[in-house]
Amino acid sequence: MRIFAKVPNINFMAQRKAGLWVSSLLSIGVILMMVLGALHLGRNLNFGIDFTGGVLVEVVYPQSVELDSVRNDLKAGGYHNPIVQYFGGTQEVLIRLAPEEKENSSAISASVLQALGAEQKGVQLRRIEFVGPQVGDELTVNGSLAMVFAFIGIALYIMFRFEWKFAVGAIAALIHDALMVVGFLWIFQVEFDLTTLAAILALIGYSNNETIVIFDRVRENLINQRKGTIYDIVNLSVNQTLLRSIITHVTTLLVCTALFLLGGPSVHSFSISMIVGVIVATYSSIYVSTGLAVALGVSREDLLPPETKEIDETP
Amino acid sequence: MQPYATWKYVLLIIVMVLGGLYAAPNLYGEDPAVQIATQSGDALANDFGDVVGKTITEAGVKAKLSVLKNQQWLVSFEDEGAQRLAADALKRAMGNDYVVALTTASKTPEWLRAIGAKPMTLGLDLRGGVHFLLEVDIDDVRKKAVERYLTELPAFLRKNDIRYTGRHQSADAVLLDFADADKLSAARSALAKEYSELMLTVLPNAPLTLEVKMSVTEAKRIVDFAVKQNLTTLRNRVNQLGVAEPLVQRQGQNRIVVELPGVTDATQVESLLGATATLEYRAVDESDANLAASSGLVPADSELFYTRAGHRPVLLKRDIIAAGSQLVDAASTVDENGSPAVSVTLDGSGAKKMFEFTEKNVGKPMAVLFKEREVVTNYNAKGEPMREHRDVQEIISIATIRGVFGKRFQTTGLESKEAHDLAILLRAGALAAPVDIVEVRTVGPSLGADNIRRGFQAAVLGLVMVMLFMVFYYRVFGAFAIAALVLNIVLIIAGMSIMSATLTMPGIAAMVLTMGIAVDANVLIYERIREELRDGQTPHASIEAGYDRAFLTIADANVTVLIGTLVLFAMGAGPIKGFAITLALGILTSQFTSIVGSRSLAYLVFAKRKLKDLPIW
Repeated sequence: MRIFAKVPNINFMAQRKAGLWVSSLLSIGVILMMVLGALHLGRNLNFGIDFTGGVLVEVVYPQSVELDSVRNDLKAGGYHNPIVQYFGGTQEVLIRLAPEEKENSSAISASVLQALGAEQKGVQLRRIEFVGPQVGDELTVNGSLAMVFAFIGIALYIMFRFEWKFAVGAIAALIHDALMVVGFLWIFQVEFDLTTLAAILALIGYSNNETIVIFDRVRENLINQRKGTIYDIVNLSVNQTLLRSIITHVTTLLVCTALFLLGGPSVHSFSISMIVGVIVATYSSIYVSTGLAVALGVSREDLLPPETKEIDETP
Repeated sequence: MQPYATWKYVLLIIVMVLGGLYAAPNLYGEDPAVQIATQSGDALANDFGDVVGKTITEAGVKAKLSVLKNQQWLVSFEDEGAQRLAADALKRAMGNDYVVALTTASKTPEWLRAIGAKPMTLGLDLRGGVHFLLEVDIDDVRKKAVERYLTELPAFLRKNDIRYTGRHQSADAVLLDFADADKLSAARSALAKEYSELMLTVLPNAPLTLEVKMSVTEAKRIVDFAVKQNLTTLRNRVNQLGVAEPLVQRQGQNRIVVELPGVTDATQVESLLGATATLEYRAVDESDANLAASSGLVPADSELFYTRAGHRPVLLKRDIIAAGSQLVDAASTVDENGSPAVSVTLDGSGAKKMFEFTEKNVGKPMAVLFKEREVVTNYNAKGEPMREHRDVQEIISIATIRGVFGKRFQTTGLESKEAHDLAILLRAGALAAPVDIVEVRTVGPSLGADNIRRGFQAAVLGLVMVMLFMVFYYRVFGAFAIAALVLNIVLIIAGMSIMSATLTMPGIAAMVLTMGIAVDANVLIYERIREELRDGQTPHASIEAGYDRAFLTIADANVTVLIGTLVLFAMGAGPIKGFAITLALGILTSQFTSIVGSRSLAYLVFAKRKLKDLPIW
């Protein structure tokens, strides 16, 4: 199937300044939104117990159940601020209890089940997780460190394979993508747990794919075509790789959608993060990473093999 | 077009065959089984298989397969009924020295097992079980070490005739006072010679006080030693539980992970993991305990305790006749009246002392003191953990010595479950330092099965959608990509099986994600081929150029994903490690399958044909 009869010729780079502005404003907007939201509305990322510590209980009722009745049962049992939500269907219920409401780490399972009237109502315990706050704090530190290390590792690799201006562009795109995903998770209060963090780290590696494909093509075109400004060559490269980017995203979106639809609630936030990230990455690979590299003044010389070699090759 | 090198086809075929073989065990499913091991972890006797076989036959059950595996005897059965009957029979026949646990055994046929093929390990989130994260109390370890030096150092100085005027303990140091500077420097040089692991400093504001601290390396070594000892003790305790395939592993400096597949009642296990219960046998001081309790005046060589039943005050001599550390064996049993008891065997020195004591004190009472240290974690207003130790010291029984005994005897006064737990604790040894449970995750078996089903369905749907899309968009070449993709999945499963990596739910997600990423390589190649065709290249030249030019780009792109997964692997634990391993493996294998695999197919089909165009549009 053909979408384009020939390579499209869209002048992407004409909007590169606008693109960079939009991306910068969006990124700053997301940061401001989250900071102000946290300060004034008390709305944070919906961190899972992996990060906050606390107790999480998943139970199944034999038939559909009202969340309010579950809440009331728990309150009567002495749990004052339980977070109760459906997990999958209206029979599966997820209960989160804050860390200070913890008694003995495992005695709680018995007492929660008792509060729910498990025996009379035939409630079945599917899983119970207790995470101490020290573990959660540590994970927050480690998770942030992991992101930083991933950024540094990728930057070093791109510097080694390409050039520092490209590395700066690529990292800017990665930060942009990560921010957009986190912003999305914040707005829709999708649970941010360990798997979500894994999704973001995988995404950091994956969204970089596009960037590298474009950079690779820019280098190839620079070597093969002696004419044309850097601007023309970047434009050409983006156009040449455009279809491939779109197709790849379609396949990745397909598998992530499959995960979202059938993978069950435990991979929900994972698949949502991936879907959002993949969509954002298409845009950022063109306008953030490539656009920034051009704005930083990537030149022919930056990417060409050393001068002496070229002289040798000229007869 | 040059035909693709023969060795590449050969390599591809070898990889396909090996991948298929090593992935195959995952298809066979599992039989219910029983696993038998010695309590002590010692090797099984040579004729052990015969004993097991005989017991099972006598129980009227037919075993399917009976083999020795990792020091454990594994017997599988047709159904769960047979498994249960056999397990009961074995438990009765083997007694306390063996652990009999229910488990499952892979149905992998013999010829596959002979080449080392085995199914993937499933994570707790897929098969159910309990995961504990325990934290060893480092402060307690350090404090105890300082306490030890507080008695050891003055003794050393006395032996060397160096007089000190006082000794005390600060948070992490021993402070020794001296009458004059000469004595201090003498002590200092003597100590420095004998205890190279200590740091000796004179505090500026107290010139006659020597501060003795452990060096950083020594403090680290002590903690390390305590964690390792705890690891051994916990392993022993877990072995006693009779759980199949438990995992006890150190994580980081002072954490220990315990994973118990198939266990769903965390409460029962939790008390056993963290407990530091022990017994002491002491003589009873027969002076008036009620008076001592009310007046607070306790004779110098005695201590006041209370009985568990009735909370009655009793004075016990400070001198310990025998303690838990002198115990070589303990088993829960019932005494002649049918009440629960712990039967205890002492080591040589303990037995000797017990013998001497009972010989002299027939007719007098002896008490058994139960000591337990519980760690209770509470949280303050800020949500910070506040760890408190609660010491339980109760007299569980007072009995009149009726005759002389030494090595073996019984202790009563416990409830049935207590006797059982205490026997385990005594047998497994004491923890070198208290542990605090900082994480517990329990997954019920139904959730695990659900996760597997969901993961499988998502993978199939993903595969079918990608398949339809690729064939629709790239025609024949799309089919090549799909063939490569299927091989890639087989290779991931084979690789995980060979590495004994654990498959987790995030791991399944990674596998599904890999499908998207692996296909990316083919998209890159095919788009390139189309481009070359548009530029007027011949079909053959286009195929060659497509594959050649795309190789490095794909490698570059894959490396950056690998960097992300590597970081995840380094920081992650449990399920996330599973995600990282699966994704990394998938990317590595995709570099082979997407390029060599799909290229071989393309060349096989098109290399010898005369072509005007390619069925890639």
